[in-house]
Amino acid sequence: MSFQTFIFYFLSTVLVISALGVITARNPVHAALLLVLAFFTSSGLWLLLQAEFLAITLVLVYVGAVMVLFLFVVMMLDINIARLREGFWKYLPMGGVVALLLVVEMGMILTSRSVGFGDVPQPPPLPSNLSHTKELGRLIYTEYVYPFEIAAVILLVAIVAAIALTLRKRKLDKYMDPATQIAVQRKDRVRVVSMASEARLDADSAASAEKPADATAGKESKPA
Amino acid sequence: MQYITPLWPAFPEIFLLAMACVILIADLFIRDENRGLTYFLTQLTLAGCAALTWVTASNEPVHTFSGMFVGDLMSDVLKLVTYFGVISILVYARDYITLRGMFRGEFFALTLFATLGLMVMISANHLLTLYLGLELLSLSLYAMVALQRDSAQATEAAMKYFVLGALASGMLLYGMSMIYGAAGSLEVTRIAGVIADDGAKNVVLVFGLVFLAAGIGFKLGAAPFHMWLPDVYHGAPTAVTLFIGSVPKLAAFAFVIRLLVQALGVEEIQAHWQQMLAVMAVLSLIVGNITAIAQTNIKRMLAYSTISHMGFLLIGICAGGLNGYASGMFYAVVYVLMSLGAFGMILLLSRQGFEAENLDDFRGLNHRSPWYAFLMLLLMFSMAGVPPTVGFYAKFAVLQAIVEAGHVWLAVIAVIFSLVGAFYYLRIVKLMYFDAPEDTTPITPRGDAQWLLSVNGLAVLAFGIFPQPLMALCASAILASL
Repeated sequence: MSFQTFIFYFLSTVLVISALGVITARNPVHAALLLVLAFFTSSGLWLLLQAEFLAITLVLVYVGAVMVLFLFVVMMLDINIARLREGFWKYLPMGGVVALLLVVEMGMILTSRSVGFGDVPQPPPLPSNLSHTKELGRLIYTEYVYPFEIAAVILLVAIVAAIALTLRKRKLDKYMDPATQIAVQRKDRVRVVSMASEARLDADSAASAEKPADATAGKESKPA
Repeated sequence: MQYITPLWPAFPEIFLLAMACVILIADLFIRDENRGLTYFLTQLTLAGCAALTWVTASNEPVHTFSGMFVGDLMSDVLKLVTYFGVISILVYARDYITLRGMFRGEFFALTLFATLGLMVMISANHLLTLYLGLELLSLSLYAMVALQRDSAQATEAAMKYFVLGALASGMLLYGMSMIYGAAGSLEVTRIAGVIADDGAKNVVLVFGLVFLAAGIGFKLGAAPFHMWLPDVYHGAPTAVTLFIGSVPKLAAFAFVIRLLVQALGVEEIQAHWQQMLAVMAVLSLIVGNITAIAQTNIKRMLAYSTISHMGFLLIGICAGGLNGYASGMFYAVVYVLMSLGAFGMILLLSRQGFEAENLDDFRGLNHRSPWYAFLMLLLMFSMAGVPPTVGFYAKFAVLQAIVEAGHVWLAVIAVIFSLVGAFYYLRIVKLMYFDAPEDTTPITPRGDAQWLLSVNGLAVLAFGIFPQPLMALCASAILASL
């Protein structure tokens, strides 16, 4: 067994075990950390296949950005894992039987002699100075520019959808716009109403009504 | 290698994308009371796309973007029908979405992006673009279903749609990766070439095909992959249901033609997928028509009716050959026309705080508005396949093709279950004409929606009396594309 084969089996074993751990771990933080391990080992597998760009992207994007974000979410939200697991045992027998059948059927087809996997020749080794980044960049902007643009549109749709579904204007918004506050004018706040003067009914009531009558005489304050 | 690709075949797509971005930005500066401007811009964009597609239409297939994009007669015809469909959807939905607080810029932007996804799928000549177009369409639709945020029903429908849609995409991708492994290319024309050269002995190809068929079944809504359809149709706001239930079927038809007929159309492989499609068609006819009888909600009923119509469409594709595919395309176009009318009717009968979505809401429609009752009668007759409406001719063409292909048993099953299906369509006619109305509120839709619905209903009759031009167009489109 060559050293490369040994590395392959080692990484694969770690990958399978950590992937199983992700779905069986009781603690969501453990599950997220095991997923990091799974990504890391699979990036090792990419390196074995001489796909260094993919390997680095996997670590940078998934481990560096996505999983860290995910860990934050898991730690900040109080996710009730027991409720998520409700019904797990109830559905396990049925789901397990279906999954087992699928695996057996697929295995039978893929291991049959006529499948032709043996005919696939081993790809020739790549020259050591070949830069994947450069090659990918060249392809994406020339031959694959159309799907590349569509992928960009899909991301735009994701942004639009996320904002449309989460942004809401609250009724009791405390938000203020200083510009409109400064630009306010007298006529926006106060309305001067001309009224015909009214005769007093008698001296007593006039004395008591004088003050408020003065204050509102001809003026009507409008709530801002 | 040619780096500078001719862009003109993709002008409609480019124009639509540019305008969608313009509308997205412009909408930020439009006040709520002038929101009609966004609506107007959207309609103008679609009309502009139609004009561009008309100008760039060509009889010979044109490939561009390194063979990832194809413009042929089939894509032009399907795109034009798509524009017409989306324009009608917006006209029918205007009042409905205004009253339910969805008359916002995002609704129009997402509608345009979904339309772009449809166009990309229709014109795809590469499995990658097929898949990306599908995702663009699906993502926009998931968001549109959930746009009514305060409705628990709509959120649940969006969630179901999203989860099952992701599962279907996974299946599709798995199948495509198998095809890539077997053929060594993702380009439709090249896959066909490789299979023709190597012969189709490769088991991996058939293995991938199974997953592709399952994925297509999910997206079309054919039994046994139909579970999401009634819940999503029911839960989504009717304006969005109208979208989901109509134009995407055109793109799904194009998807099947590109993927199964153009890429995997070699006789030995064809025999495999014909079997799978035949099974799905029969199950769809049975499940769709029988379950629809038990529905009291007309949106759910139309969802099951969609399933059975997809069964018919699949039978057309199963039949194979020019006649089979042409009849399938004819069926898809006619189905879009009928479902636009039927869902449009539900939208027009709805008003503030009231959804005309139960069968009882159609009770005595003839007393309230004889003209609407007559239009609905035409649409229901067409869905049931009663002559002289176009639905009869569509079913007839499919049956003719399948009998010519020698599968008489499929034709017999299709006819039996169409008869079963006639029951629930005619039940609506009975409710409209022979029952007393429970609700006597006057029906007051906008003038343009009223006119369009009348044209739509009468078109079902007109195409039924003169089906030849449309059928000839479908036949020449298929002939030019294969």
